[in-house]
Amino acid sequence: MRCFRYFLGALGVIHLAGCELVVLDPSGDIAAQQGDLIIYATVLMLIVILPVILLTLFFAFYYRASNTKARYEPDWDHSISLEIVIWSVPLAIIICLAGLTWVATHRLNPYDDLRRISESQPIDPDVVPLTIQVVAMDWKWGFIYPEQGIATVNEVAVIVDRPVEWKITSTTVMNSFYIPAMAGMIYGMPGMQTELNAVMNQAGTYEGFSGHYSGAGFSHMRFDLHALDAEGFDDWAAQVRAGSEGELTRPAFEALDQPTVDHPVTYYNAVEEGLWDRIINLCVAEGTLCQNDMMMVDALGGGGIDGLWNRQLMAGICAADDPKLFMALVRPELRDRESDIIAALMPPEPAMSPINGGE
Amino acid sequence: MASAADGHGSSYITDIHPIWGKLNWNIFPFYEPVIFYTFIAVVIGGTAVLGLLTYYRLWGYLWREWFTSIDHKKIGIMYIVLGIVMLLRGFADAILMRIQQAMAASGGEGYLNAHHYDQIFTAHGTIMIFFVAMPLVVGLMNYVMPLQIGARDVAFPFLNNLSFWLTTSGAVLVMISLFVGEFSTTGWLAYPPLSGLDYSPSVGMDYYLWSLNIAGIGTTLSGINLIVTIVKMRAPGMTWMKLPVFTWTSLCSNVLIVATFPVLSATLALLTADRYLGTHFFTSELGGNPMMYVNLIWIWGHPEVYILILPLFGVYSEIVPTFSGKRLFGYTSMVYATCVIMILSYIVWLHHFFTMGAGASVNSFFGITTMIISIPTGAKLFNWLFTMYKGRIRFTTPMLWTLGFMVTFTVGGMTGVLLAVPPADYVLHNSLFLVAHFHNAIIGGVVFGLFAAMVYWFPKAFGFRLVESWGKVSFWCWFIGFWLAFMPLYVLGLMGVTRRLSQFEDTAYAIYFNIALVGALFVAAGIAAFVIQIGVSILRREELRDTTGDPWGGRTLEWSTSSPPPYYNFAFTPRVYELDAWDHMKRNGYRRRTDGYVPIHMPHYTATGVVISAILTVMGFALVWHIYWVAALSLIAAVAYGIAHTFNYDRDYYVAANEVRSIEAARTRTLEGNGELKAAE
Repeated sequence: MRCFRYFLGALGVIHLAGCELVVLDPSGDIAAQQGDLIIYATVLMLIVILPVILLTLFFAFYYRASNTKARYEPDWDHSISLEIVIWSVPLAIIICLAGLTWVATHRLNPYDDLRRISESQPIDPDVVPLTIQVVAMDWKWGFIYPEQGIATVNEVAVIVDRPVEWKITSTTVMNSFYIPAMAGMIYGMPGMQTELNAVMNQAGTYEGFSGHYSGAGFSHMRFDLHALDAEGFDDWAAQVRAGSEGELTRPAFEALDQPTVDHPVTYYNAVEEGLWDRIINLCVAEGTLCQNDMMMVDALGGGGIDGLWNRQLMAGICAADDPKLFMALVRPELRDRESDIIAALMPPEPAMSPINGGE
Repeated sequence: MASAADGHGSSYITDIHPIWGKLNWNIFPFYEPVIFYTFIAVVIGGTAVLGLLTYYRLWGYLWREWFTSIDHKKIGIMYIVLGIVMLLRGFADAILMRIQQAMAASGGEGYLNAHHYDQIFTAHGTIMIFFVAMPLVVGLMNYVMPLQIGARDVAFPFLNNLSFWLTTSGAVLVMISLFVGEFSTTGWLAYPPLSGLDYSPSVGMDYYLWSLNIAGIGTTLSGINLIVTIVKMRAPGMTWMKLPVFTWTSLCSNVLIVATFPVLSATLALLTADRYLGTHFFTSELGGNPMMYVNLIWIWGHPEVYILILPLFGVYSEIVPTFSGKRLFGYTSMVYATCVIMILSYIVWLHHFFTMGAGASVNSFFGITTMIISIPTGAKLFNWLFTMYKGRIRFTTPMLWTLGFMVTFTVGGMTGVLLAVPPADYVLHNSLFLVAHFHNAIIGGVVFGLFAAMVYWFPKAFGFRLVESWGKVSFWCWFIGFWLAFMPLYVLGLMGVTRRLSQFEDTAYAIYFNIALVGALFVAAGIAAFVIQIGVSILRREELRDTTGDPWGGRTLEWSTSSPPPYYNFAFTPRVYELDAWDHMKRNGYRRRTDGYVPIHMPHYTATGVVISAILTVMGFALVWHIYWVAALSLIAAVAYGIAHTFNYDRDYYVAANEVRSIEAARTRTLEGNGELKAAE
């Protein structure tokens, strides 16, 4: 790979002193593979790009009007053999590139578990990735460690060579979660969860930020990522636990979610049970109906006119053992309708209860 | 907390007054020094221009001969003037951004606060695509295409005028936002939820929506008009495979306009409904889905790139054969390549958001379809290359722009294919590498082509050539400026720097941002040289006069008529036997017919387009500021005026044969004068 990089450098990429091309020379295996792919694809395309540029310059120079020695054939406008070449050479390159794309896209799918720790290190099949939940807020990053039961703002730590499973969402607008040294970016969106699996191979402190413009405080939406060894990580976690902010409860999270610019690093020593689910479902605030409950209600026929004013009645329906029964309690009139439908579809059978008979 | 912001958007949102809407005395952003001084300059400059127009009594002339004109040539020229004026505004935004980033990267804070900077990059993108590139491209098609197919005008001349003024109406609203209120801060594609009412409560976003709602209708109508013109109004004998390549590419471009601009209008209408009517199409709650917006906007957005570039591919296909003194190599494969690009451009949109979380198979599919587009595009480049092969190349300004394009665009194409590989896109998406890529494709492809086209067809439109010297200065400034401005951005992208940042913590980037600023200044010099080129050429117009109608040794029908063409274009509709009809006519000893003139059927000029668009501009302004009674009245007025126009039956007339004879006789004398000059030499 080194020689490819020098090759690229020789091709005109300005390589001034102090310039760190982090995308081509990252510290995590996923980003490294993505960076290598850039170089492979570039080299593959240069096979056709370079001749085109050189031929353009050469033809322009050689067939200049003042060069009367050059052949001039004003009516020559067709050549089957040339046409075959000019369509098939790009086609052949694109076939190679398409193959490479298909394989690499599937191998580097951010949702999939890692296949290796690094080029030289295979992965232990029993390894449990470190799960970190990421919340993009206006304009800061919150990180929740479900395994450790801690949370931080604008600072995050991972363990070198241990896979990390990032779960990403946002409370307000779209952002993208990007640590160039570790892996490519993934959008974080309100009401949705995306995922990124990656690993850091070298200890150190790296930059992370939002890659997708999100409003006035966007430029300062940055955080440090510390890649530490297992011992260093435990020390760091202990430091977080000693943090003064206390538990990240629902009210604490609501306060945190207010827009701020350049938010200082903050540590929470505990996290309220179920907070992440409420963040994804946009119902951290007391008295808001969770999106998953809302969707369940809609799937079961909707809350009706009354449901508009009594949304709180639907809270928790998604987690209920029998959502249909729950729904029938909220909207008794639906029970009748449902039983009518079942009656129409099914032959009468005494054992079947009208409420959960649809199963 | 370091510094508590007041959330998204601006602070002067107040209650809506029943008569004045959101208007009040605090809406003028003159507390921003940049805007204040710009405003003073605009007042002084504007007063001077208006004063001169009044002093020389040009208002009546402009109104009668230009604003109300439905001559496709004059409308084409007006589109191009609009594009150039808006280019100056869009480029001023670019320079402001370059200065801010250079200052911020060098360790300072810069001179623009985040809110102002966000408006500038949003305005830059919006203006450059919708009000620079689109008017220039549409204007070019409007001017050249009917002449190339031997037609007297477009299919629906009044509609053409209306389309132009609707586009202008959108541009006017964007310009008003500079001094009255503010512009959007959401980026040029206004992704929700950021562009929703919760996060962008100010009028900036509404300016964006209404200017594009109005201009978008104009563009769609223009697309329909030009398609019908090409399909129905070709000269006898001009079968599909004898169509000039520029007309072919215009056709494909307009098919894309008609297929995609309604998608844009519908998407923006839904977003408008979210903001004005309280619907939830694209909000995060109540079943709305912002990802739907992202898909819809790019289903328009990607074909849009090809709407812009395809006609310029046609321009290059006209310029290279002319200045190589050769037939175009591989006409047939050129036509098929264009059509393939047209179709493929519709199935690649997802490559703009590989990082939104789609699965590997979906991402691979859209990545690979994107790469496939590079095959016909590559074939086109080879065709131009082999057109130069065994030619006699004259290095005029249009040819220089074309060569600059071939070198520059190839690199932009390569980085584009690179971004189409999804895992590579994960690390390059939203980075300055991406910014460098699309400027590489749009400046290297569209802008270079537009300058080539403007210099190439200028003598046809005005009857005299542009001076070569200043044209070459302009080209070299643009060419060097482009490479200086955007190569550092490629490097910065590989350093992990993303777009739309106004502040930097790392001073290692300073050198690259400073080089980019120098590049932008070169481009500024290139634009200045272009303006000087036009000025100098006007002063020296007598010595640059084109009396032949065919100054370059052209190959297509527009060069067979005089420069500038008479308002009816052709005294006799030409008959076409071969591809490159004019070249074929010249080779076969074509003699211009000088008798037997017949009356020519022509349309009347009308003020309806100007009036309706002016009323709709008022409506747009009223809607932006929530002055609903004005909005309702102006909508009613516009519709009523449109209906009244349908009762105007005095729409056309016949140019008397005598008038045609006297115009053509003048041309005959000019041509005979040329002959005598030649004989004297």
